[in-house]
Amino acid sequence: MAASALRVEGITKSFGGVQALKGVSLEIKSGEIHCLAGENGSGKSTLIKVISGVYEPDAGEIEIHGQRFSHLNPKEAIGLGIQVIYQDFSVFPNLTVMENLALNMELMQNRKLVNYRRARAIASNAVSQIGFKVDLDERVENLSVADRQLIAISRALLQEAKLIIMDEPTSALTKKEVKALFEVIKRLQSRGLSILFVSHKLDEVFEISERYTILRSGENVASGSTKELDRKTFAFHMTGRQFMDERYRSQSLGDTPILSVKGLSRGGAYADISFDLAAGEILGITGLLGSGRTELVETLFGILRPDSGRIEIKGKEANISSVKAAIRQGIGYVPADRLTEGLFQPQAINRNLVISVLDRLSGRFGFLRRRAITDATSKWIKELSIATKDPMLPVRTLSGGNQQKVVLARWLASDLSILILNGPTMGVDIGSKYDIHALMRKLAANGLAIIIVSDDLPEVLACASRILVMRAGAFVQELNPAETTESRLSELSTGIA
Amino acid sequence: MISVGRIARRSEPYVLAAIVALSVLIQVQSGQFFSGNNLVDLTRSLIVPALFSIACMMVIVSGGIDVSFTAIASLAMYVTDRLLLASNYSGNVMLAYAISAGLGLLMGALNGFLIGFLKLPTLVVTLGTSSLFTGLMFGAFSASASDVPPSIAMHGKQILFTATNAQTGLTSNMPSQIFILIGALILVFFLLRYTMLGRGIYAIGGDETAAERAGFNVRGIKMFLYCFVGVLAGITGIVRISMIAYADPSTMLGMELTVIAAVVLGGTRVTGGLGTLTGTILGVALMTILSNSLILIGIPTYWSRAFTGLVIILGTGITAHQIRSTRRRHARAQKATV
Repeated sequence: MAASALRVEGITKSFGGVQALKGVSLEIKSGEIHCLAGENGSGKSTLIKVISGVYEPDAGEIEIHGQRFSHLNPKEAIGLGIQVIYQDFSVFPNLTVMENLALNMELMQNRKLVNYRRARAIASNAVSQIGFKVDLDERVENLSVADRQLIAISRALLQEAKLIIMDEPTSALTKKEVKALFEVIKRLQSRGLSILFVSHKLDEVFEISERYTILRSGENVASGSTKELDRKTFAFHMTGRQFMDERYRSQSLGDTPILSVKGLSRGGAYADISFDLAAGEILGITGLLGSGRTELVETLFGILRPDSGRIEIKGKEANISSVKAAIRQGIGYVPADRLTEGLFQPQAINRNLVISVLDRLSGRFGFLRRRAITDATSKWIKELSIATKDPMLPVRTLSGGNQQKVVLARWLASDLSILILNGPTMGVDIGSKYDIHALMRKLAANGLAIIIVSDDLPEVLACASRILVMRAGAFVQELNPAETTESRLSELSTGIA
Repeated sequence: MISVGRIARRSEPYVLAAIVALSVLIQVQSGQFFSGNNLVDLTRSLIVPALFSIACMMVIVSGGIDVSFTAIASLAMYVTDRLLLASNYSGNVMLAYAISAGLGLLMGALNGFLIGFLKLPTLVVTLGTSSLFTGLMFGAFSASASDVPPSIAMHGKQILFTATNAQTGLTSNMPSQIFILIGALILVFFLLRYTMLGRGIYAIGGDETAAERAGFNVRGIKMFLYCFVGVLAGITGIVRISMIAYADPSTMLGMELTVIAAVVLGGTRVTGGLGTLTGTILGVALMTILSNSLILIGIPTYWSRAFTGLVIILGTGITAHQIRSTRRRHARAQKATV
């Protein structure tokens, strides 16, 4: 059995009456990639801060390479080889790559003057350790998110890191960048470093880590070897809820389709798209980024105009020339980037909920009826189980999943016949994901026609009653989710068998 | 490595181009711009705003804003002036500089304490202390225009050389105070570029939390910064009254907005983190030419304010545009890698 790089035992920590950690234990073996998982508020971040010396625990013990401590301060933690890569990377955007790499080290050595030759030597040594090619004189703000992260990692290595803690390192990365990051992590592991990978994304946990620890409400709920973990148990440990592996089967499709698209084309985006959509159906559209899937649904919502083709709604040709026209036809759209497109982040939750129906909630002379707003808000918060203490809090205080529910509620408050969801559970925690899926099935059963655009294949398989695979701007095949598999879908969307 | 693209993204070249274009225009129209006495005149009127702008640039780089430096300079020089007059002091002017700098230090320390230790917003603090210092000057010291002690008057007469315009016969004196500006430039250049303290000022302006995590003494750096600004302001106060040989308590009040504008025009990022001495001096030079030399081509002085305003809008507009286009380039680069 390998020696442990870090072992914490029975850590408790409370913040004024609220117990964030209730006797948590965690062990990371030398040279291991360990995953720390848990939903928002499970105590992950508090635990990291205890390990890195930012918080002093109320009770418990920390053991690092055989040395025992009741608590650490940040300098001691760094001295013991513990490095945290924060979600914001803690870099200086206005300084050059070279300075970002060298400054911390110079500070640790209590230098008063800057020697640029020495700084350059430190910096080039740092980036070469992970084979990272970058212009040392470029300002960090001009680099991509992934490059900034590599800078934070290189910087951590400079301080003789033995254990690197990465706090949700993939949240702002593209798939390609995640792959590159994983290669870097493997490379660090091969040099004997231990990695604590903090994440709530199941796929990543499976792909990168050897062992895992799951926290829920400040307690250990499970730990063990990742190989013995499966989707269902992972979801159960994370949320404490059992999820049925439900699949949606549409009830009756009705005779006339609600939406009928005929030969729709738009230059450079998609060509000759035709399909029908009936009430009660959930149509899944999947394909890679750039396959034209987003452009297609944006056309249906009036954001883009098609070059040719027809869109019929309830059998009549519809001219969807603007978003307003689309809404008038009863079409709703939840964009992929709800942060910039869907919500008024600094505004209160209740205001966001009612924004699309304000005219219905206002009395004579356009004054808002406060009572009606309060009633409507509490109804939606209850119905969609939006987790918040106070509907007056700004929307940005909600987790991704709950924000998504607010966006959904907003559309449901108005009269819709077609709802289009682009990446409905992107960046959403597992519990909310299941809630959103259940909600979609309920809505469809009540007669709404739904289109979901998603590259989350298990999600498409679980929710859609019919799947259309898009590649390079065209539909390549229509599939019945009951008769297909994830690998078949991925073959079709990439075109690689 | 220096790349053309990186230079084109900076604002110094644009400000320099504007200065060159404006000088050539005035020269062609009047034939007077490149005359010795005009250049000396310009340099002379540039000294005080340039000293202020150095201090102001440092504060903006750190992510703050200071509007109190002119009030500090005024109160420090006025108290010094009255003290020396009352004690009939006739020795070296260095004492005047030392007292004024010391008073500036105290006032700067008050800013530094409120901003660094109590973490109050810089604009609010310096607006407050600016009012406080001006009020003290006119209230407690019932300030009014006053003579200067002999040491300061003497100092004002130390001139390096006199430039005479052959055509008009006008003369201009190059004051020895230019050395104070040169000294301050060298000192601040070294401080900002080669000391950890200076890099710390940039680091705080870039990301204060990251600076703290990296181990910078953020409170200490802010305390130092506002004390330094106070000292520089105190010195500038004496420079000013020695050059006009007259201690007018309101001679510098109101300059702070032009100075801030010049600093921003010179490419210092308003939100902190970026700013150079070269850019700052170029910004001040452009503003000085606008307010001094437009009269040479027959544009009345009151128009110079309007031109100054236009240049500020244009200048900051270009900077804002550059930031936006950099962002767009990023977004595109990000998309391309997907």
